[in-house]
Amino acid sequence: MAYEWDFAAVFRHSDLLLEGAANTFRLAGSALLIALPLGLAVAMLRLARIPVLSWLLAITTDIFRTAPSIVLIYWFFFAFPILAGVDFAGHTAVTLALGLQTGAYMAEVFRGGIISVDRGQWQAATALGMGSATRMRTIILPQAVRRMIPIFFTRITELYKATSLAAAISYAEIVQMANRAASETFRPMETFTIVALFFFTTIFCVSRLVRAIERRVAVPE
Amino acid sequence: MHEWDFAFLIDQRHFILQGLLGTLRLAVVSLVAGTVIGLVGATARLSGSAILRAVGTGYVEFFRNIPVLVQIFWLYFSIPILTGVQPNAYAAAAIATSLYAGAYLTEVFRSGIASIEKGQWDGARAVGFGHGMTMRYVVLPQAFRRVLPAFTNQVLEIVKTTSVASTIAYAELLYSAKLLSEQEFRPIEAYTAVGAAFILVLLPTSAIAGMMERRLARHG
Amino acid sequence: MADEVLRVEGLHKHYGPLHVLRGIDLTVRRGEAVVILGASGSGKSTLLRCLNFLEMPGAGRIHLEGRLVGREARDGRIRYPNRELSALRMRVGMVFQQFNLFPHMTAERNVMIGPMKLRGLSEAEARRVAAANLEKVGILEKARSYPAQLSGGQQQRVAIARALAMEPSMMLFDEVTSALDPELVGEVLLAMRQLREDGMTMLIVTHELGFAYNVADRVVFMEHGVIHEEGTPQQVLLNPQRPRTRDFLRSHTLFRLPEQMHDDPPGPFALTTREQG
Repeated sequence: MAYEWDFAAVFRHSDLLLEGAANTFRLAGSALLIALPLGLAVAMLRLARIPVLSWLLAITTDIFRTAPSIVLIYWFFFAFPILAGVDFAGHTAVTLALGLQTGAYMAEVFRGGIISVDRGQWQAATALGMGSATRMRTIILPQAVRRMIPIFFTRITELYKATSLAAAISYAEIVQMANRAASETFRPMETFTIVALFFFTTIFCVSRLVRAIERRVAVPE
Repeated sequence: MHEWDFAFLIDQRHFILQGLLGTLRLAVVSLVAGTVIGLVGATARLSGSAILRAVGTGYVEFFRNIPVLVQIFWLYFSIPILTGVQPNAYAAAAIATSLYAGAYLTEVFRSGIASIEKGQWDGARAVGFGHGMTMRYVVLPQAFRRVLPAFTNQVLEIVKTTSVASTIAYAELLYSAKLLSEQEFRPIEAYTAVGAAFILVLLPTSAIAGMMERRLARHG
Repeated sequence: MADEVLRVEGLHKHYGPLHVLRGIDLTVRRGEAVVILGASGSGKSTLLRCLNFLEMPGAGRIHLEGRLVGREARDGRIRYPNRELSALRMRVGMVFQQFNLFPHMTAERNVMIGPMKLRGLSEAEARRVAAANLEKVGILEKARSYPAQLSGGQQQRVAIARALAMEPSMMLFDEVTSALDPELVGEVLLAMRQLREDGMTMLIVTHELGFAYNVADRVVFMEHGVIHEEGTPQQVLLNPQRPRTRDFLRSHTLFRLPEQMHDDPPGPFALTTREQG
């Protein structure tokens, strides 16, 4: 069957898509602003092995990791504002949902990276007379960070892709804007092809960049 | 203070059960199809032919780098245009999640097979095994055990992914919750319940996968 | 010649720009034990891996029991069809430095799997074959253990039994004691020595000079991908003719008295080498 592709109609509505793309980036950025400090804090607290707190943090991170992102988005959009007696827009709800979830994932990334460093390294650093802060900063973290790079960016990629779910609550990120454009142009196939290519290209380029960084910081093991 | 009331969930249990079945059906179909695709994909990515390897890599990169929601939307709108049949939420969701899961499972299987040491291939070949027998008796049995935790985690991801199909009105659990919350004006209970349902099923499974992983790390 | 098990003529091997084997000629007769010595990088392991086609040889010919391996194409190069290689590997046993036992099978299963799947033996027959061969290397009592439950020396003896179970015409040993703790070396050498007395044809890459002296019929010294010197153990180890061989023996030798070799004169012959680095 010969379908005549027409991308011109979509490009006439490129302002919608561009605005959507900008919102997608904003969403990913603001979620990361929550996720990174949160993840680091939770990882450090869990490594400190404070009896009840560590256990509570473990359960909470597990809960956020096992709930589907879209369910969290719905919950933070429809349920949380009523429960907390606040009123906020879709952007805040999605930022909270994805930020907290990514924070939970990041906590595991950081913690996993740190405990993956061989015990002998801790012992050797201690034997040299290093205090725990120096030991962490000069010996453990440099090794842990190198190992974390791939999974760290996998998590960021997953977050970036998950921002598309904000369309489910009609937040104006790129998929939602594509919906709007498609209903005006009657060209859904072209519109969503462009959205797919948008995600593919951005992620592909960043992943190449990350691979180059990985090679730069790699040490023979 | 909000007064919690979950009673309507019991009154509407048939409706919820339907959603649950919808989730289950989609998850099982994408799991089975994704596993088959993953095995084929891993074979392609590890094959001697450069073309097959490139096709396998291209497939994995493509489907992993596009949000599953975009893939579902694309199929939902494109199937009628390309084939002339009515838009079908189930078909769109099943195809999209299968291809998406297949891409991730390709990598799971590939890394499992690639993790088997070169010495095992040497040993098997020295006994006289060809490629097929080496795979069957030596490599796959070991790879299977190594892959099990990662595979289980991927199964959990597939179950979670099915909830995205609610966006094209496929009647799975989240969609049921959405309809119920609008009908009963009880979004808090509806979405809390659906979240709890996912967590209660998936969390123990993920804990088991974690235990397997740790055991594997200890015993190799 | 009928009693020739292996004849190698003009064997070459390249890895990209690296010319690892530069024309090897070597003959091993039935019942003979030949030890290959040489520094690391001299090509001795590559030679062994080529003989079992774990690496594809470049130019040159390999004859096994009087027959050319592979088919000669019109351009004079030799093609090696996969099917023929599998059949050949069944007739040439190989034991590795890293054992390469299958970790998901018991010792017994490791020995049984080849005879069952390739020689068509029944489960019961294969079990008998496994028992006989495990017995031969003195490890029958560990038949039901998994490799991870065995010491390095025990694993290596299971690996020898696994190769023997295919009833090969000859055995290749690739530095089989180099990965072992010193106290476990003896039991593996003893098993190999037993094989020698049973009349097995063996080609052995090792650093155990004492073993070479006591067990080998012939010693071959390799250097830079060629056979540099060849002769009886007495000739090569005690009275080397070429300066390179002398340098090697001097720099690689340290005195050690292996317990297993009392029946032969120890003294300067009970030598061993350890690869540096």
